[in-house]
Amino acid sequence: MTNAQPETPELHPGARRIVRLRGLEPDAKAEVAIDHWQRLTDDDPYPSLDALPVLVSIERAEADAETLRARSGPWGVWLRGDDEVEAVAERVRGLPVVAIEVPKFTDGRHFSLARLLRDRYGFAGELRAFGDVLPDQLFYMRRCGYTAFELAPGKSLDTALRTLEAFSVSYQGAADERRPLYRRREI
Amino acid sequence: MYRYDAYDQRLIDERTAQFRDQVARRLSGEISEAEFKPLRLQNGLYMQLHAYMLRVAIPYGLLSSDQLRKLAEIARKYDRGYAHFSTRQNVQYNWPRLQDVPEILAELATVQMHAIQTSGNCIRNTTSDQFAGVARDELVDPRIYCEIIRQWSTFHPEFAFLPRKFKIAVTGAPTADRAAVRVHDIGIRVIPSPEDPSNHGFEVLVGGGLGRTPRIAEVCRSYLEREDLLSYLEAILRVYNRNGRRDNKYKARIKILVGALGIDSFREQVEAEWAQIRDGVMKLSDEEFERVSTAFETPAYATLEPSDDFVAGLRLGKDRALGRWVASNVVGHKVPGYSAVTISLKPKGKPPGDATDEQMELIAELADDYGFGRIVVAHEQNLVLPDVDSRRLPELHARLTQLDLAEPNVGKVTDIIACPGLDYCNLANARSIPVATRIGQRLDDLDYLHDLGDISLNISGCINACGHHHVGNIGILGIDKQGEEYYQLMLGGSASDDASLGKILGPAFPSDEIVEAVANVLETYIRGRESADERFLDYVRRAGFAPFKERLYDQRPA
Repeated sequence: MTNAQPETPELHPGARRIVRLRGLEPDAKAEVAIDHWQRLTDDDPYPSLDALPVLVSIERAEADAETLRARSGPWGVWLRGDDEVEAVAERVRGLPVVAIEVPKFTDGRHFSLARLLRDRYGFAGELRAFGDVLPDQLFYMRRCGYTAFELAPGKSLDTALRTLEAFSVSYQGAADERRPLYRRREI
Repeated sequence: MYRYDAYDQRLIDERTAQFRDQVARRLSGEISEAEFKPLRLQNGLYMQLHAYMLRVAIPYGLLSSDQLRKLAEIARKYDRGYAHFSTRQNVQYNWPRLQDVPEILAELATVQMHAIQTSGNCIRNTTSDQFAGVARDELVDPRIYCEIIRQWSTFHPEFAFLPRKFKIAVTGAPTADRAAVRVHDIGIRVIPSPEDPSNHGFEVLVGGGLGRTPRIAEVCRSYLEREDLLSYLEAILRVYNRNGRRDNKYKARIKILVGALGIDSFREQVEAEWAQIRDGVMKLSDEEFERVSTAFETPAYATLEPSDDFVAGLRLGKDRALGRWVASNVVGHKVPGYSAVTISLKPKGKPPGDATDEQMELIAELADDYGFGRIVVAHEQNLVLPDVDSRRLPELHARLTQLDLAEPNVGKVTDIIACPGLDYCNLANARSIPVATRIGQRLDDLDYLHDLGDISLNISGCINACGHHHVGNIGILGIDKQGEEYYQLMLGGSASDDASLGKILGPAFPSDEIVEAVANVLETYIRGRESADERFLDYVRRAGFAPFKERLYDQRPA
C-alpha cells in the first residue's frame, strides 16, 4: 500500500480507512483498518442497515435513547474539541467509541479534553479523532489518549503510521504512560 | 554544564529525524505551507522578510566552548558568517536554506543542542539569570529547576497547540531579578520557606508580558513547595489551554485571560485543577532534584585568596580603560577569588547581539583559557564568562581589547536591547538597529557614559515589542506616520524586582531627532539628580515627567 489515503481504493459507500492503535500503551502497534462507523448529524436519518454502527451528538444520543437501544448495531457519541469535559464525561462513560472533532489542527483544546476523559474520568473505549486530523499531530494525540484516527481527506496513511512512532521515549507522563520519565528511568 | 544522558540524546536525535521527514514531505508537496508552518515554527524556523530565520535554543543561556564553536561553524557553513544572540537566551541565524535545516539540526544534536519549541504556540525555552550558579545574591542555582521544566515542557503532548506562545523564566536571587520574571507568562522566584528558612520553594507569578498589551505579572501562588513545581505548572497550562482566547491572536496570551478573569478567579481555577493532580505521579522527589543537579558539572574551582580588594583596586587604578571595564563588566562571584565577566556584544556602531564566527571562536578560546570552558548568554544580548580568576582580569581585558570586545558599557545606556527591526523583520514599522548604532555613536564619551550610571535603553521597531521597550528605563518604539519612521520615547520602565511599565513622554520624534532627544533626556537627568547615587530610574520616579517635557518639547517649534 503506497501512499494510500482514507478514500482509496474505492470502498463501499460510508466506509473509510482509518488508523487504529491496538492499545493505549506507548508501544501499542498501529494498523490501517476499514471502518464502518457512520457519523450522523442531528438531521441525518439512521442508516437503513440496522447493524451499521453509528456516532451521534450527545444531545441526540439522549433524545434518541429508545431508538438507539432498539438498533442491533453499536452506537457511540461524537464531541466537539471545545466541549467541557465536566459536562460530557459522565454521559459518555461506558460507550464503545467516542469521537472528538478537531475543528482546526492548531486548536489544541481537544488534547486536554481527550486526556481528561482518559486520565480523570477513566473512559476506556475507543477514542477517535476526526476533522482536521493531520499525520504530524498523531504522536501527541496518541499520548493524550486517542486510539483511532480518521485522517483529513487526501492525507497519507503510510505517513501516519510512521509519524505515530516519532519518539521512542517521553519525558512527561500522559494518558498512554502516566508516570513521567523520572519515575521509570532505566539508566 | 548540563550533560545529556541517553534519553536526552535519543529525543533530540529523533526530533532531527522527524523534522528531516517533514521537510522532505514539504519539498515534495505532500504537506502544504499552512500545515508545515507550525511544524517548522516548533523547530525554530521562521519566515522573515528576506529568508528563513532559524532560532536555536540555549537553555538558561548556558553554553560550553565546544557548543559555541559549533555555533560558529554553522554560521560559517550555512549562514553568512555571523549569528545573533536574542533577548531570550536563544541564538538566531538569518540566512539558512530550508533544505539545509535538517543538517543544521543534526550538527547541533552532536553537541547536545536543538531548536525545539523556540517558536510556535507552545512552551518556549525556559530562561534564567545570566549569573545563575555564580551570583552572590542567589539563594539556589535556578538552572536545576529550568532543566526540570525544560524536560517537562519538551514535546508536552497536551500543550503543543496553545492559544499563543508561552514563556517561563526562573530566578534564584530573591532580591535581584535578572531574568525579568515579572514580564513572563509564568515567572518563578525561588524564595525561602516561610516555615523553615533553610528550605526553599517558589513564588509563582502569572500573566506578565510585553507586546501590544504590556502587563506586570501577578502572584498566583505566594509559596509553592518545590516538589509540586510541575503539577502546579501543568494546572496553569491546562486552565490556559482550555480557556485562553483563540479568536484573536492579539488577545490570546495568558495575560489577557488573567486580566479578564481577575487574578483571584484565575487562581481559583488553577487551584481547583491542581487539587486533582498535586498528589499524583508528577510529584518531584529529592532523588530527582539530586539527579538533575548532578548532571550539571560544577567547575573545579581552585582555592584562591578572596579578591574583592584586588578588583576594587583595578576599578580605581591608573589604567582607566581597565578600570572602567572592571567597573561595568565585572561582578563578584560566590567562590572567593573569582569574578564573572560580561563581554559586551554592543560595541559602538555594531548591531546589538551580533557575533561573527571568528568572534565566537575567539570567545570560546577565552572561555577555555580563563573560565572552565563555559559561556552564558545574557538576556541583554551579551555573553558572560562566569568563572574568571580575578587576578587574571587585566590579562583577559588586554586580550579582549585586542579583539575589540572590551566595550566597557554593560548596564550603561549604550548597552541597548534592540529587536531586529525593519532591516530584517516583516512586522516592523521602523528600523531599530541603526537607531541603536547612532545612539552609541552620539554617546561616545566614556567618562560621561559611566557618570550616567546604570540605565537600560530598549528599542522595538513595532508594537509587538521584541525589544522590550516598555521595561527599558528609556524605551523607544518605532511607529509609522504616513510612511515615515517616527519614534516614541518612553521613560520609567523596569524589568527587575521593581518592575514597572514605561510611559510615553510626549509626541513622537522623526528619525533624525530621536538620538538628540535621548541625549536631552540624559542631560536633564544629569542636571536634575540629587547626586550620582540617584539612579536614572529613581530620578524619573521622583521628579516625574515635567523636567523632561520642558527640556524636550518646550523648545520645539509648535
